[in-house]
Amino acid sequence: MQRALIAGVLVGFLASYYGVFVVQRGLSFLGSGLAHAAFGGVALGLLLNSEPLWIAVPFTTIIAIAIFWVKKRTNLGSDTAIGIFFSISMALGIIFLFLKTDYSSDAFTYLFGSIIAVTRTDIWSTVVITLITIIFIPLWKRWAYVSFDRELAETDHLPVDRDDYLLAILIAITIVVAIKVVGIVLIAAFLVIPAATARLVSSTFRQMTILSVIIGIFSALIGLIASYYLDVPSGATIILFQAILFFLGMLLKSLRFIIG
Amino acid sequence: MNKFIVEVEQAYVVFDSHQALIDINVQIPQNSFVAIVGPNGAGKSTFIKSLLGLVNLTSGTIKIDGRSPQEVSPGDIGYIPQVKTMDRTFPALAIELVITGLDYRWPWKRSHPNIDRAYEALQRVGAEHLANRQISKLSGGELQRVCLARTIAREPKLVMLDEPATGIDAIGETDMYNMLESYQTSSCATILMITHDWHAATHHADYVLLLNRKQISFGPPAEALSEDNLRLAFGHIGHSHRLKFLVK
Repeated sequence: MQRALIAGVLVGFLASYYGVFVVQRGLSFLGSGLAHAAFGGVALGLLLNSEPLWIAVPFTTIIAIAIFWVKKRTNLGSDTAIGIFFSISMALGIIFLFLKTDYSSDAFTYLFGSIIAVTRTDIWSTVVITLITIIFIPLWKRWAYVSFDRELAETDHLPVDRDDYLLAILIAITIVVAIKVVGIVLIAAFLVIPAATARLVSSTFRQMTILSVIIGIFSALIGLIASYYLDVPSGATIILFQAILFFLGMLLKSLRFIIG
Repeated sequence: MNKFIVEVEQAYVVFDSHQALIDINVQIPQNSFVAIVGPNGAGKSTFIKSLLGLVNLTSGTIKIDGRSPQEVSPGDIGYIPQVKTMDRTFPALAIELVITGLDYRWPWKRSHPNIDRAYEALQRVGAEHLANRQISKLSGGELQRVCLARTIAREPKLVMLDEPATGIDAIGETDMYNMLESYQTSSCATILMITHDWHAATHHADYVLLLNRKQISFGPPAEALSEDNLRLAFGHIGHSHRLKFLVK
């Protein structure tokens, strides 16, 4: 449980921090796309009988880079580029699992998340990506500027494309390390709901970021503890708790509107 | 100091097989007000974007104050996109948007070293009362003022505007032209503005660049917007609307 709580808090921080850029850039579908890419990577890891994390991280990162590369090189929208790689990764994942002759229940752990399955390796990899995120926190100002208006940022000579790739890679790794806690099926919500809730009640992007991180960490903690005592899947419990917070946020916004 | 702030020579831009700009040659003098006029799809935005370094020329050269667009310091250029294209859902205060004009980044803290300069810029455009208002709650004209404050805060030599009158009312438009002209006079800056409005071009601009992918004309408004040139650029220059009444 202690391991799960550490992983949960760190993953809560990571997903909700990157979530603000995902939500504000209208890339909510990216979470789903990369989660399914991670499924392909995990399936390949299971097929090769190696630690799925080590395969899923490079696999998902390559897919993330490919999505942004295709979007940049063609006139296709983000959703189309994500949709293409989403399907390819899922198809590969299904083939890899089919080729694995001995049935493995591990796949379900990755699909739906399991706090019992969180290993020491998962904790360390989450700590490493958290440290990298903290090192890159000064980039928040550039990422926020691009999220507001890409063209203005480009005219100010910011390395917009390079920053996009870096952000995509960090989001991809976050998704992979979050899989054990939340599961592939629900990870996209983990990325989107805290940021969307924070957006409802924030007047500045800074406020939105801080609030999103607080919601991400808090909901992961409460969700994990609740799932432990209720003996239900951790990912689903966290997401449902986040959904309650989202609707409370909507209620608060409506009340503010009525009161004026 | 260059006599010309913008020098464009034999500029061509081709996207796939589409020729967006064909053989553009202009020299824009310092401290002038230039209107870029042309029909939809004439390459006006492509021309501005190539000056900003956002679109690379297929061939030809562009010099801004003697340097290529990529070499020009961002502080020397102020760009105001169409306010209707801005993300009004972004949680931001007007003052934060102005600070980006000085910092080239989104501000984390409100107690920013550039905050006084940002307030001063808002004051110059009569928008200091909007400083702490969310951009989602600004009207088109108010957001245009804030964008203008963002631009003049950095005191650029060259200000480029993409259809600045779009989405603002007639009073807002007059105010905006007054503020632009006042900035031009006080700072000796050059203003480049895309507009569909021939009358605004005639009234405010020292020079007009008339485009329809090719350069139709460049010169003082009366000359550049002659009937022949307009016919060449737009195909036709309008027709009168006569109503017929049948009295029984």
